[in-house]
Amino acid sequence: MIFHDIIVVGGGLAGLRAAIAAKMNGVDVAVISKLHPVRSHSGAAQGGINAALANNPDGKDDTPDRHAYDTIKGSDFLADQEAAFIMTEAAPGIIREMEHWGCPFSRFQDGSIAQRPFGGAGFPRTCYGADRTGHYLLQTLFEQCVKHQVKIMEEWFVLGVSIDDNRVCRGVVCLDLHTGNLEMVGANAVIFATGGSGRMYGGKTTNALTSTGLGVAMAFWAGVPVKDIEFLQFHPTTLFKNNVLMTEGCRGEGGYLINKDGERYMSRYVSEKVMELGPRDIVSRSTQTEIEEGRGVEGKYVYLDLRHLGAQKIMERLPGIREICIDFIGIDPIEKPIPIVPSMHYTMGGIDCDQNGRTEVPGFYAAGECACVSVHGSNRLGGNSLLETIVFGRRSGEDAKNYVEDKEKKPQEASLKKTAEEVKRQLNTIGGGNGKEHPYKIRDELGEVMVNHFGIFRTESEMKEGQEKLGKLRERFKKVRPIDSGRAWNYDKVWRMELAGNLCLTQCIAIGALNRTESRGAHFRRDFSKRDDANWLKHTLYRHTPEGPQISYKEVQLGRFEPEERKY
Amino acid sequence: MAYLKIFRYDPSGGVKPHFQRYELPPEKGMTVLEALFWILENEDPSLAFRCSCREAVCGSCAVHINGEYRLACKTQVDLLGEEITIRPLTHLPLLKDLVVDMKPFFDQYEKIKPYLIPKEEPPENKEYYQSVKDRKKIDTLVDCILCGACYGSCPIAMGDPDYLGPHALSKALRFVQDSRDGGRDQRLAIVATEHGIFRCHTIFNCQKVCPKDIDPTGAIAKLKMKSVGFKIKSMFGFARSAG
Repeated sequence: MIFHDIIVVGGGLAGLRAAIAAKMNGVDVAVISKLHPVRSHSGAAQGGINAALANNPDGKDDTPDRHAYDTIKGSDFLADQEAAFIMTEAAPGIIREMEHWGCPFSRFQDGSIAQRPFGGAGFPRTCYGADRTGHYLLQTLFEQCVKHQVKIMEEWFVLGVSIDDNRVCRGVVCLDLHTGNLEMVGANAVIFATGGSGRMYGGKTTNALTSTGLGVAMAFWAGVPVKDIEFLQFHPTTLFKNNVLMTEGCRGEGGYLINKDGERYMSRYVSEKVMELGPRDIVSRSTQTEIEEGRGVEGKYVYLDLRHLGAQKIMERLPGIREICIDFIGIDPIEKPIPIVPSMHYTMGGIDCDQNGRTEVPGFYAAGECACVSVHGSNRLGGNSLLETIVFGRRSGEDAKNYVEDKEKKPQEASLKKTAEEVKRQLNTIGGGNGKEHPYKIRDELGEVMVNHFGIFRTESEMKEGQEKLGKLRERFKKVRPIDSGRAWNYDKVWRMELAGNLCLTQCIAIGALNRTESRGAHFRRDFSKRDDANWLKHTLYRHTPEGPQISYKEVQLGRFEPEERKY
Repeated sequence: MAYLKIFRYDPSGGVKPHFQRYELPPEKGMTVLEALFWILENEDPSLAFRCSCREAVCGSCAVHINGEYRLACKTQVDLLGEEITIRPLTHLPLLKDLVVDMKPFFDQYEKIKPYLIPKEEPPENKEYYQSVKDRKKIDTLVDCILCGACYGSCPIAMGDPDYLGPHALSKALRFVQDSRDGGRDQRLAIVATEHGIFRCHTIFNCQKVCPKDIDPTGAIAKLKMKSVGFKIKSMFGFARSAG
């Protein structure tokens, strides 16, 4: 049986950074990933990563404290303040470390790392490499993995976390896609860095086809609580045609949002000083309002206009955006405005963990988008997610190293075998019936329900209707039949499990969002349009029980900043 | 009406290599990746192919489409004519259908030491300063998504499995030209061999197919120039000691 001291699940930024932290401390660590690490969705991040380096001439007074304030205000005060400070204080060091490892950041004339303005930030503090920041960071971390000889098991698909009868994590069970075999991998610590869940919204998301959220669902099934997943970020600018991301950097560089009348409509919603650089929740709601009130182009979308930036700036700072527009919609943004709509982008919530990635199960950690520390609260600022992955990836790796130090280095076979049996049972029963339902049809309908009933604007009646539809989909899912019987590269198996995960997480989201009778950050209810700190300044915790998700609440760690009305 | 002719092969299921023909629905604006999904979901759930981001940044879906190596996700079906033939990347072991074993490809990449070998200790609480001009020297080279299109298109890679390949060689230049890197001589010693830059016959296929507009042929030519100087210097013992 395979054994490593630490197993990291996921090869994106958080996972690789955790693995490097462990490896540099001399621990036996391996990364298990369903994709080759460089294929991870971290690489699609565009606009940048925040750190108060104060390199920008307009940002000389920036400090980690101010970064923390912006983060906490952006979170609509649901972030845990100490965690936010940990992140913003670590940020300059983390960025410099990535630079020292070769990350090709763009530069200012003086040779320092370039920084651009981003939404909801008081200072221009978003460090960037053109509009390919995620790609550069991911390549750099993969390069460091090559340098440090980090072991990677790629295209291995984790299907179960092994937690023994004493509630201690013992490893994972995975499917080797190449062979179709189930493999047990023992470990004293497991770090989940499995990424986001955007595909719950079907095709209406910026997320990769592989960002399905199964990691979060798996942790949930294993009895680890999940936190705040009713908060879903809708990115204001995604391509009308296929929801590919158009970075916030477009607006950071000076791009306009305009409606069908050619009006910069953000002036209606935020101050003249802020305009397009409001936080994402507000800009998305404003854009959706424009479209709903009939000021969208053809009633369907608005424009992101970059033309006034000029060809040189677009080609230098936003070459990837231009490439995507030309390749996918046949429009050159130097000449024409880009048709955009808001769509699902990021899950603020995730596996409940602390500032060191620890969950309530000893030896089980979470980091990155699948985790909820929480630093983003109910609305994440652009440029903070890449930062979170690296800061908390590293912290998890270091904490796990300390945790495994005095543990016996051998697999706990009984626990792993039990998990493997459970996974086998799941594979046979979850969507493994002989009914007539087609998994892809259920997946598509699920996406529609989420878009239509749990979108940017929510109301009780719409959500209740959606909740009912979700229940019906879960019933129908029981009648799904396997459609591919092959062994190697059997995606049907994988996707059925992912769909089961989606159906489970969306069930939680519906309950949590209906319960939360207030509007906070990305969770906006038309029937309760004000924030309600007296009743709702608290995190939602979701626990798996045989009777369905059980909800409880957890205090928000306040600190230096008293909750105040968010004004931009 | 478009037809897809797809390479099929599944050693684990006893399926011998052959082409299978599928009819596509007359839908406008479909990408090849969407067409593959359409087949998977409507015609044949056993079809294997790789994909992830569907926006041309992850490098998963490079395949051979109508005579050229391209990313399936950004290739429009409408531009390909009535019959579309799809094959996996060549020069790499076949696993199933359009999925190949990328290990040899990444093994070559690892040989060139694809990580910064710092010229000097990093400054404390500061980044290395790099001028805008110096940063420009690694432009586009840093955009490589390691998709393998260049490698598939390279006739040298077909004849020489030890050939480092356009992807690894242009990555070598990415570091050699980085003002922060001190591993120039080490790397030139690795690439200036008969399985490295001198094996390249300047055929330009890699440059033609690169979905990120990188010019590996040009990168290899630059490495050749640099290594000639390096060879002469090392003959006379002037080569910089490896950092």
